[in-house]
Amino acid sequence: MAQTGAVGDKIFRSILLIAAASILLIVAAIFYMMVQNSIPTLERFGFGFLIGSEWKPAQEGFGALPFIYGTVVSSIIALVLAVPVSLGIAIFLVEQAPQKIARPIAFMVELLAAIPSVVYGLWGIFVLAPFIRNYLGVFLKDYFGWISLFQGRLTGIGMLTAGIILAIMIMPIITAVVRDVLEAVPSTQREAALALGATKWETTSIVLGNAVSGIAGAVVLGLGRAIGETMAVTMVIGNSPQISASLFEPANTIASLLAANFAEATDRIYLSALIEIGLVLFLVTFVVNALAKLLILSVTRDTSGGRPA
Amino acid sequence: MFHKTVFGKVIRLGVFAVFACGLACSGEKLGQSSGGSNAGGTVRLQGSGASFPKPIYEKWVNEFGKINPNVRIDYQATGSGAGQKALLAKTADFGASDDPMSEEDLKSAGVEILHIPTVLGAVVLTYNLAGVKEPLKLSSQTISDIYLGNIEKWNDERLKKDNPSLNLPDAAILPVYRADSSGTSAVFTDYLSKTVPEWKEKVGMNKQPSWITGVGVGAKGNDGVMGQVKQTPNSIGYVELTFAKENNLPASQIKNRAGEFVEASLESVSAAAGASVAQMPDDLRTQITDGAGSGVYPISSYTYILVSKEQPDPVKGKALVDFLWWSIHDGEKFVKELHYSPLPAEVIKRVETKINSIVSGGKPLRQQ
Repeated sequence: MAQTGAVGDKIFRSILLIAAASILLIVAAIFYMMVQNSIPTLERFGFGFLIGSEWKPAQEGFGALPFIYGTVVSSIIALVLAVPVSLGIAIFLVEQAPQKIARPIAFMVELLAAIPSVVYGLWGIFVLAPFIRNYLGVFLKDYFGWISLFQGRLTGIGMLTAGIILAIMIMPIITAVVRDVLEAVPSTQREAALALGATKWETTSIVLGNAVSGIAGAVVLGLGRAIGETMAVTMVIGNSPQISASLFEPANTIASLLAANFAEATDRIYLSALIEIGLVLFLVTFVVNALAKLLILSVTRDTSGGRPA
Repeated sequence: MFHKTVFGKVIRLGVFAVFACGLACSGEKLGQSSGGSNAGGTVRLQGSGASFPKPIYEKWVNEFGKINPNVRIDYQATGSGAGQKALLAKTADFGASDDPMSEEDLKSAGVEILHIPTVLGAVVLTYNLAGVKEPLKLSSQTISDIYLGNIEKWNDERLKKDNPSLNLPDAAILPVYRADSSGTSAVFTDYLSKTVPEWKEKVGMNKQPSWITGVGVGAKGNDGVMGQVKQTPNSIGYVELTFAKENNLPASQIKNRAGEFVEASLESVSAAAGASVAQMPDDLRTQITDGAGSGVYPISSYTYILVSKEQPDPVKGKALVDFLWWSIHDGEKFVKELHYSPLPAEVIKRVETKINSIVSGGKPLRQQ
């Protein structure tokens, strides 16, 4: 009896090990394949690929900087807009709203997450772009035009539109995760805080303090989606590889470039350049995730140190 | 690549072996069912390539399927570049491209590739100008200046000169171009490179040219450009004629070599083809932009189906040849309603010869 149990455990253990190892293997295989296929441009352009700002496939000139810039900036805009709103929704749902209201709102948020990105893209072209061109952009230009971010031509297509679309797209995922995290905080903490005479505001900030690592995780998940989004971004960003100080100007992101061009890349060096920029995206994601993990780690250490044992 | 082709060969060998066995082992059955349908039932052909002729190819596939229910053809509009790649990688039975293949690509193909012109189309400049009812008149010079950023506003003197009767607004022009690699871009930039030295020097002719940074926005596909122009006041973009017609968007008149402003139509595109027939080379690969003569629309183009001269599979090869033959003859009657132009009679003759030269195992596939 004990014998067979031990054998069973061993088998179980091996299966789990294989499952865990497969993830490492897949990541390694993808990485290997991408490096292997980008050797032509790696050899030819070296580090210049990362800092070059001209992307001219016809002349075989490949610089990835405008795309890295576009990817990072559009994701930052998305986070800046989405995180406060998502936190607001989640806190409201968990801490304030009565069940009758919380349920439908939570449902709506989940519904937003299920909309395919091409629909967001269409909505971006037909609704958001004209809105920015006629109202939001004009407003920003009139009142904040002294900042270089809001200067220049206003066409409704560009970085700002892409950032706003991305913000709307990542809001549901951040909201849903933060809500789960907040719900996981023991209600005894709230009761304790309230019993000590804390206001709702103070209670909420205590709850948030304890949920900080989970919230950071939610933000990272959202960021991951923003960085990798293709279709919706392609449709509203203007697909122009330039680095401009203005958010009204068209730009491009790595994922959007890949979506628009991969099928058409016939010659070897161009294909290699596209794969290498895919590799860059891989590394950017990796670095961002690692940074976020470090951030979470430092923050959680702080809070656990301050918490009574 | 190497592994892929070896793998492909193994698969084809395997398929061929099965097919051969099928013939040998079930000879009697074949004899019995010779009433009409083919040996294995349905023959499937896979085509992929240009989006420019997609509407007409879909129509042809559909109509041809009604007459030949045992042949199933799938056409995927993956883009001209992808079509060429698919044919070379043998993931498609035929490719399609607006832009003839380059000398270099043909050499590296390893097999002989034939260019079969199917229909003619036009690239038009469409625009979003409220209050402008009559067609806008453009020349290669003004188009080039707009896309190079030399002309920034609609009421620029250079535009007003060609359009004295139009009330052009004091507004910035937003040029829209194709962000993906496309045959439409190839035709458009071929025309501008031929006619404007500054364009040739700064941008040149390419499926995916390097657009001037800071001028205009890119969109994916004909539909993408269409959508952008439709939604953005004071924008201009270039698309295939069909897309402009179907979306009820205006198409500008273009100044041809004879100095006339001509709109894209069946007649003006056919005139462009007619004007260039004498110069068409033996392999039929040609660009017909900036054609000479009266009534010629200058941004016209053939679109091609690409096939291997030597077909590996006789049954599929036969179906393909039949489809091509049917397309350039019976199929031509569907061309007009979709705003393409049919091939000139002389060109049809030459295409017939090309189709007749397609062989499998050394035998011509078309019985005359």
